[in-house]
Amino acid sequence: MSLFAATGLAVASAWAVYAVGTALILAGALAVVLLRNPVHCALGLVTTIFGIALMFIDQGAYFLAAVQVIVYAGAIVILFLFVIMLLGVDKKEPRAPANVRSLGPVAAGLGVVAVVELLVLARVHYWADGAKSTTAALSGPGADVQKLGQSIFTSYLLPFEMTSALLVIAVVAAVALVRRRGSSPPQPPAKKVGALRPSLPGQAATAPSAPPAHQTAAAASRGPAAASSPSERRAIG
Amino acid sequence: MSVPGDWYLVLAAVLFGIGAAGLVVRRNILVMYMCIELMLNAVNLTFVTFSRMLDDLGGQDAVFFVLVVAAAEVVVGLGIIVAIYRRRAGATADDVNSLKG
Repeated sequence: MSLFAATGLAVASAWAVYAVGTALILAGALAVVLLRNPVHCALGLVTTIFGIALMFIDQGAYFLAAVQVIVYAGAIVILFLFVIMLLGVDKKEPRAPANVRSLGPVAAGLGVVAVVELLVLARVHYWADGAKSTTAALSGPGADVQKLGQSIFTSYLLPFEMTSALLVIAVVAAVALVRRRGSSPPQPPAKKVGALRPSLPGQAATAPSAPPAHQTAAAASRGPAAASSPSERRAIG
Repeated sequence: MSVPGDWYLVLAAVLFGIGAAGLVVRRNILVMYMCIELMLNAVNLTFVTFSRMLDDLGGQDAVFFVLVVAAAEVVVGLGIIVAIYRRRAGATADDVNSLKG
């Protein structure tokens, strides 16, 4: 009898955890979609991420729950907030036009129908009827993080190495995208030399070690700022 | 003991739907990116749920790689957004139509 009571308590607590996680996830997601201030949207995203981490813990994916909180809430959302503050876009978005807003009730009704269909399907059909444990068994002795680490560093070693290349490419791409073209660091000294150059034109022209004709032509076509090659500077000096 | 996996899958589907709807409805580019993150999180929840239902580690491996790719995607995407806003302050997704035919 006490065993039955304990089982009933376990079931009730499992459903309670699921309900709390669902409330967090859906409230956060609706906040992202419906609120018009981007900072509030970012806070809704944090709420959703914590709910997802709760669901991960509930299903035994402890390492992924920790990574979810660290990477998403700790890095990605902070990056979002950083960009919002940096660009000063934390003002309200204008409302959608009336013909779009009038479709809102229709879309909400269709969404409710789709959710009801999903719930019915979830009751009448078992969704995971494939072969069990084809890559590696999740149950059994050992911690979750140990199995995941062994799997990543043996079966998935090549994809893991490719993610490092992906991260390097992403960093280079971010720098290349955000760098200003007009004021890149090497340009100001070149401009200074070019500004000095008109004061001694004859010396450069009559210097014995002047560059060949095609180089001079190319330098002239590039303009005065770019015409200070090292050999020319030596000739001037 | 935890809730049957079907309920997690339904929740993930609803979360994905909310994210997709937000991506269509919103016009602030940053908020559109947040909606993409919602959809990625829904897929991650699906992976972990199937991993538990099938007693298989592959789903958790997939979530690990999705997290890495999502981080890289956010870095590049926010770089693009910063570049857009620098060119034209207060731009929405409707204003970025230079490639429109």
